[in-house]
Amino acid sequence: MRCPKWLGNPGTQQRRFTQQTPLWKSGPMPSDAASPATAPPLPEGLVVVVKRDCPTCVLTAPVLADLADRAGLTVISQDDPEFPEPANWVIHDSDLALSWHHDIDTVPTMLKVSGGVATDRIVGWNRREWEEFTGVDNLGGDLPDWRPGCGSLSVDPTLTDELSVRFSGSILKSRRVEIAALEDEWESLADRGWSDGMPVVPPTEARVLRMLEGTTRSPDDIVAIVPPDLVECTVEKVAVNAVMAGCRPDYLPVVIAAVEAACTDEFNMHGLLATTMPVGPVVIVNGPIRQQIGMNSGINVLGQGNRANSTIGRALQLVIRNVGGGRPGGVDRATHGSPAKYGLCFPEDEEGSPWDSLAQSRGFDAGQSTVTLFPGESPRIVVDQQSRSAESLTRHLALALRSNISPKLAMVFDSMLVLSPEHMSRYRDAGWDRSRFLDEISQLLMIPGDELVRGAGGIEEGLPAAMAGTPIPKFRPGGLLVVHAGGGAGLFSSIIAGWVNGATGTDPVTREITA
Amino acid sequence: MTIVLDPTGESAPQTRQRVARPESLQGLTVGLLDISKPRGDIFLDRVESKLLEMGAKVNRYRKPTFTKPAPVDLRHEIASQCDAVIEALAD
Repeated sequence: MRCPKWLGNPGTQQRRFTQQTPLWKSGPMPSDAASPATAPPLPEGLVVVVKRDCPTCVLTAPVLADLADRAGLTVISQDDPEFPEPANWVIHDSDLALSWHHDIDTVPTMLKVSGGVATDRIVGWNRREWEEFTGVDNLGGDLPDWRPGCGSLSVDPTLTDELSVRFSGSILKSRRVEIAALEDEWESLADRGWSDGMPVVPPTEARVLRMLEGTTRSPDDIVAIVPPDLVECTVEKVAVNAVMAGCRPDYLPVVIAAVEAACTDEFNMHGLLATTMPVGPVVIVNGPIRQQIGMNSGINVLGQGNRANSTIGRALQLVIRNVGGGRPGGVDRATHGSPAKYGLCFPEDEEGSPWDSLAQSRGFDAGQSTVTLFPGESPRIVVDQQSRSAESLTRHLALALRSNISPKLAMVFDSMLVLSPEHMSRYRDAGWDRSRFLDEISQLLMIPGDELVRGAGGIEEGLPAAMAGTPIPKFRPGGLLVVHAGGGAGLFSSIIAGWVNGATGTDPVTREITA
Repeated sequence: MTIVLDPTGESAPQTRQRVARPESLQGLTVGLLDISKPRGDIFLDRVESKLLEMGAKVNRYRKPTFTKPAPVDLRHEIASQCDAVIEALAD
């Protein structure tokens, strides 16, 4: 398997052990059929797991022979089948199945075994512990009192990928697709139509198993029914696409929550995909997980450069594309689309904000991690470097928001305002909270119907003539979402315009990120 | 050789045969599905008059909204009542 170093695959590291033969890999490789997916039973009684490539194990070799003689011991050797000596009480763990399944992470590990499973264990060499554990006294009188053990071969970073595929691969249900040796992996994945046009990481079994370690959910749990093909999407399929998008395993719970939120009836992912408008699911992350997975809520928050920001939204879009079958030119009928449709995901800067967070304003606690999905196009800037008062800045933002989607249309389209820290400082200084801001800007966004009706301003687009003579709110109640994010310098904010709201379109959806 | 996992829904359908095209519309029931886009009804009114001239019977249906797939009940209703269907998009 070729694994790029940037992926952090330990398979590119040097082997740590130096012994030439016999390595567990030197003989015929056990076939998949012969490799148990469930734990093979350990031999009964007293058991010690060792490897020759461990100085502590070598040190204890005379003690092992002594215990075999006096107490009836079975030794399981991970590497050399004749270590500590050729004997009928030595078993070779040739495929490391015993060590893998019984969670041996250190050698020597001494076990008490009953019914094929370990009921007690100690690790390393410690004369007093070994004597207490075995009930045999005068062990290793010439040895030092204590020596730490070494790493078990079954947790050797050069082997864990291969072992996890061998022993856990059968939990993966996805169809296996072989890429021939002479094929380029990326070209092959692109040719199959599995990419958004950018390179994807080949979703090998080992990578998908590593990705699944990011969640406590079972790989076969159904996350959602994904439009437009209305396909049941398992945790495993989300993990496959998260690998392809470039996610780390700890991002997976965020991706899962985003898929759940996108596939609700309120969010209407089908309509969002099918519309000719340039919108896609924008993912806003709140709560402790933002920092736990290293998201960027500061400089260039809506741009490139942070792995979590860049890959989580992309993973969601790949799920829609690959699992749901939603592709441009198919059900995706966007006239222009927008760069946001590669995946736009960012966290709120909660720590730097004097306001409650977006998630709190939508009924969640500060301690909960959430995703909020908003149907949005690419962000655009509002420059205001002169306003020193909250009132002036609010008037300017309201004027800019009037052109959300179209200056002649109102009520039907939501919007998201991303306030920068420097703009937010105007509201901090003025003592405005979120609700005060929304009250003030809502009043400023009451627009005379005369300016909006068809024909007004010499423009045929607009609201029906019956709306003339009445003030019309630009946004429906709750139709303006406000988030705080961005670098510390810059008297700018960003507007992410939405699309049709309500029952015929999309309502923003917030979901807690759980497992 | 690299083995990767299929990221798709693995639901690619078997190739399905189309229903045989009717020789004539005489006496057949044709469903006209309005997807609720503006002025789709005007277009369908014209289609209906043409179909009636050809001797077909016409049933009219309407989706609640063009942004979502037709509800299952509506699809069943059309399938059980019609010999053919025309879905109209006008904008």
